[in-house]
Amino acid sequence: MDLWFTENHSESVRFSVRVDKQLHSEQSEYQRIDVFQSMEFGRLLALDGYVMITQKDEFIYHDMIVHIPMAVKKDIKNVLVIGAGDGGTVRELCRYKTIEHIDLVEIDERVVEVCKEYFPEMTVSIDDSRVSKHYTDGLRFVRHKKGEYDLIIVDSTDPFGPGEGLFTREFYGNCYNALTDTGVLVNQHESPFYENDAKAMCRAHERIKSVFELCRVYQAHIPTYASGHWLFGFASKGIDPIKDLDEDYWNSLGLETKYYNTELHKGCFALPNYVLKMLGEA
Amino acid sequence: MLSQERAPIYEALKEYRTNRIVPFDVPGHKMGRGNPELTEFLGTACMTADVNSSKPLDNLCHPVSVIKEAEMIAAEAFGAKNAFFIVNGTTAAVQAMVLAVCKQGDKIIMPRNVHRSAINALILGGAVPVYVNPGVNKALGIPLGMCYEEVERAVKENPDAKAIFVNNPTYYGVCSDIKRIAQLAHSHGMYLLADEAHGTHFYFGDNMPIAGMHAGADLSAVSMHKSGGSLTQSSFLLTGDNISEGYVRQIINLMQTTSGSYLLMSSLDISRRNLALNGKQIFAKVQSYAEYMRSEINDIGGYYAFSKELCDGGAFYDFDITKLSVHTRDIGLAGIEVYDILRDNYGIQIEFGDIGNILAYVSIGDRELYLDRLIGALNDIKRIYSKDKTGMLDHEYINPIVRLSPQQAFYGEKESVPIEQSAGRISGEFVMCYPPGIPILAPGEQITQEILAYIKYAGEKGCFLTGTEDLEIKNIRILKE
Repeated sequence: MDLWFTENHSESVRFSVRVDKQLHSEQSEYQRIDVFQSMEFGRLLALDGYVMITQKDEFIYHDMIVHIPMAVKKDIKNVLVIGAGDGGTVRELCRYKTIEHIDLVEIDERVVEVCKEYFPEMTVSIDDSRVSKHYTDGLRFVRHKKGEYDLIIVDSTDPFGPGEGLFTREFYGNCYNALTDTGVLVNQHESPFYENDAKAMCRAHERIKSVFELCRVYQAHIPTYASGHWLFGFASKGIDPIKDLDEDYWNSLGLETKYYNTELHKGCFALPNYVLKMLGEA
Repeated sequence: MLSQERAPIYEALKEYRTNRIVPFDVPGHKMGRGNPELTEFLGTACMTADVNSSKPLDNLCHPVSVIKEAEMIAAEAFGAKNAFFIVNGTTAAVQAMVLAVCKQGDKIIMPRNVHRSAINALILGGAVPVYVNPGVNKALGIPLGMCYEEVERAVKENPDAKAIFVNNPTYYGVCSDIKRIAQLAHSHGMYLLADEAHGTHFYFGDNMPIAGMHAGADLSAVSMHKSGGSLTQSSFLLTGDNISEGYVRQIINLMQTTSGSYLLMSSLDISRRNLALNGKQIFAKVQSYAEYMRSEINDIGGYYAFSKELCDGGAFYDFDITKLSVHTRDIGLAGIEVYDILRDNYGIQIEFGDIGNILAYVSIGDRELYLDRLIGALNDIKRIYSKDKTGMLDHEYINPIVRLSPQQAFYGEKESVPIEQSAGRISGEFVMCYPPGIPILAPGEQITQEILAYIKYAGEKGCFLTGTEDLEIKNIRILKE
């Protein structure tokens, strides 16, 4: 059988993955949720037709969104994760014994339920005693918090669906308010390559910059995301992702990672010229 | 009983389209073919509905078939004797309402915080206003409704007045005791006119302030395009049992176009059907959205999203809880400043900001996500921009000193002077902030230092001032002495 899952990476570029079968499909209150068994990438989760994660390359995304801030700021105790219903981010966070509490805010409970069923290796820690799950809108949740979190991770979908509110200036401003003075915000920052993604990326950067004193962007290579070239944002009230990196400390933890290491940490903030130009930093 | 499931104009337009009539009449774009760029922009469906009056489609100036039928169904939906389709804006409905009951020199009792269209009607028809001071909430700085006792006094002092004009509700959602005021009017042989530009939903939702026609109003101007969902500029004029249908039609035809837009008329027809069939659910949702936002905004602290707790049986007789008015002065920002910050920095456009308040329009078309965006933005604005409130102007309403009728002043001999030198003279023009479009100064009123200070302050805070011949409001035309 010749069955393919196709996502449009731009209006005239397509990305297709050969699929053995569709394991799940539903329309939740917020979005369409699909799980496919693919040949190359293992199981694949798509929301509204966009690939969120696959078993084969999810480690890249989750390593980069979690270990970068964790290696910079070693006293992280209280964490807010927004989005991330697939559990991967929480799984990586829970490997740190120093973390005392994680608030997981996911708008769609069905994503968590579906991932528990089809991605058990990603959701291993989602019921950890340190994790409190809140099924609500991230923008709504964070508004009520003040000076509470050492780290906020925005593990959102693209800004064209239920994740729209997580790319707004009011959201970043409310996050600023919810962080401690040494807190860090890390976010999924879209891609610089195709025009629509690049526009969303620039807008997000501009807004974060208008709110935070320090605002840096880093990159990773994620094969199943549009163009494969993906960015993350690191913002703080002063903590610097390179200067404040404590390599010895992180390496002493002995965490085994498939993508992240402290050498890569230093390198991933070095960006191509065209990206620097887009960010207004060239 | 007429069926509210019907929408006769809409049905006739659909049939007209199917019949593929060959158009040798206006409009010249002929179903869009003559203007491909416009058709590309607005869509073929829209262009093919932009047609001319004709036998199958009736005629707005003298309706006998589908428009007549649609008006009868609308009248029933609103509990009126007659309903007139208005395509020149609610302004036209308000003007027709006033002109239908007041002739040259007749007195009309009204609050001063009326929309400019009401005073325009006085310029056109020569009626003379008897202003009842609206109540003012000092803390919020906004004009309210009219206190019954104040109206009663005006009626006693002016037993020859022809009508009482009531905002139901004001732009901020505040209602007067319209039912008692209607009884008062009728017991003195006066007509009761309701400006319901912001009250369409009163006719269809539960837990709403009383609607004008249900309270005994003789005429009401209803902005279907505000809370009712029809296209901008479309409205209804409603009339009660004691009003001559034919005479009102003549008055409307004095000013309204003879080329009534079928886009606007079909939008009225379809929206009326929607409200009649689904209004209860729709407005329950709108109310729950507004209530949610109000409670969240009040939780932020510093802002005050007011509601029914201010009802006092007088000038704040009732409140429309779908209105989300937020007092901002306690965070040290004028409403207009918050309005500008929301648009420029957060990409959120709200209805208006005045000196001390903002108004966000919550409606049939809102999405839950967006409610939280506005609340989140207000939270962030307080964090970043709040400052000390000393030195901020605290009032929105100045009692006018009326020296001439609006018509006498508007058509009187005038001269132009720099506005700051105009104190003590009689204004020949309007000055207002837009929105809300309630005049700070109307033709015939004395200019005072207090009014000039207010205009200057509003301009400095960024209000959009309009009304004078001089578009920059540097000069004002005053009556020659």
